[in-house]
Amino acid sequence: MVKNVIPASYSEALKLLNEDSYKLIAGGTDLMVQRRSWSETPPEFPENVLYIFNLEELKYIKEEDGYILIGSTTPVEDLLTNDLTPHLLKEAIGIMASPALRHMATIAGNIGNASPAGDTLPILYILDAIIVLESVEGVRELPINEIITGPRRHVIKENEIIKEIKLPISVFTNSAFEKIGGRKADAISKVSFTGAVNIKDDKVLDFRIAFGAVSATILRRKELEQKYIGLTKEELIGKVDDIVVDYDPFVRPIDDQRSNKEYRKTVALNLLRNFIETL
Amino acid sequence: MAIIKFKLNNKEVVMDENPNLRLLDVLREKFEFTGVKEGCGEGECGACAVLINNDIVNSCIIPLGNVNGKEIMTIEGFSVSKKYEIIKDAFADEGAVQCGFCTPGMIIASESLLNKNPHPTEEEIKTGLSGNLCRCTGYNSIVKAVKGAAKKGDGLW
Repeated sequence: MVKNVIPASYSEALKLLNEDSYKLIAGGTDLMVQRRSWSETPPEFPENVLYIFNLEELKYIKEEDGYILIGSTTPVEDLLTNDLTPHLLKEAIGIMASPALRHMATIAGNIGNASPAGDTLPILYILDAIIVLESVEGVRELPINEIITGPRRHVIKENEIIKEIKLPISVFTNSAFEKIGGRKADAISKVSFTGAVNIKDDKVLDFRIAFGAVSATILRRKELEQKYIGLTKEELIGKVDDIVVDYDPFVRPIDDQRSNKEYRKTVALNLLRNFIETL
Repeated sequence: MAIIKFKLNNKEVVMDENPNLRLLDVLREKFEFTGVKEGCGEGECGACAVLINNDIVNSCIIPLGNVNGKEIMTIEGFSVSKKYEIIKDAFADEGAVQCGFCTPGMIIASESLLNKNPHPTEEEIKTGLSGNLCRCTGYNSIVKAVKGAAKKGDGLW
C-alpha cells in the first residue's frame, strides 16, 4: 500500500526518506499538473508521497558569509518582497507565473523538475548558485550545473532533500532578464535570456550570459565569457558580432508545442545582441 | 490516508483523507462550496482561486496534504465580510460581471491584492489579476472595479 505522509518536522522527513522511496511534493505547481487526472478525480501518484511544503524549518532567506541563503520551501512570492533577494532573481520571479502560483511555487521545485524552461534556473546558473542537499548521512553542496544533467534529470539521491540554495553575493553594473512566452502571466518560456556585466573604470570585470529553453540544460559557457573580460565597454560592444557567433553553435533549441527551433534560436541570439548593444 | 486539520471559512475541520486529493474537489464535493469553479484544471485560469492565510492560490493544483494547519477562505466564507460587500458593489457598478464564471476567482484575486497593496496602480491591478482569465474578456471593467473598490474601501485594507 502506498504511503502519503505529512511529516511533522524536517528531521522526520529526512528519516522517512532514508527508510523508503518517496516522491517529494513542495508547492506542487508542476507535479499536480503533470500527474493530473480526469476532472473531479485525484491526480495519479502510484508511488509514496511526502508533503514537505509546510516544513517551516526550510522557509527562510538570510545572509551569511557572503552568500544569500534561501530555504527550499520558501515560496517565490516571499522572495519577491525580501530585500536580500538578488535583483536578477526578483526580475525573473516578478514575471513568472501569477501571484496565485507564486504563493506555492519554490526555486527547489524548479531544480527538482529540471525543465530547461524553468523560470528561475537561468538566474541560478548566472549567479553560480550552490545547491545544498541533505540526507541522514550528511550534507553535500554542488553547483547548479552539476545538479541538473538533462531535461527532467538530476543527480539528487532518493534519500536527499534540497535543503537550501546558496547564492554568492555578486556585483553587476548592468543586468537583464528577458522571457518570451505566449502570454505575459502563467506562460512557460519559449526562450529566456539573462545577462550580467560588471564594468568598473571602463573595464569589464565580469561578463555572464545564460539562456533558458535553448538546449538540454540551461546554456552557460564560462570559457566564452572569459574571452571578453578586461575589455573596455566600447570594445565589448564592438565585439557583439563575435559574441553572437561564439554562442551560435551552443544555441540548439527544439521544436515543441510552444515554439519551433528557428524562432527560438533567432530570438535567443537577438536578445543576446540587444543586451550587449544597449549596455 | 492521513489526518489533515485546517480552518475552512473560519471553522476548524479535521479530515482523514487521501492527501493527494485536489483541494478544489474537497471544497466542492465534500463541503459543497461550489463558488469555487474548475476552469482549466492546471493553474492557468484562476477560476478555482481561494485564499490560504490571506494569499490567493489555485485550489486545482493544491494537494490536500499541503493545507494542513492552514486557514482557507472560499468566496462563500469571504462573502460575509464588509470587504466583500465593497468589492461586490464595485463589480456591479462597473458591470464587471458578464457570464460570472470567473467572478469568484476575480474577487478572491482582488482581495488578495488589496490585502497586500491597498492603493494599487492600474499596472499593479493588472499584475494582481494576471492569473485570472475572463473569457467574456471584460477586463477593462474588472480593472476599473478593483480601482473603485480600493477607493471606496479606503482604510479597510
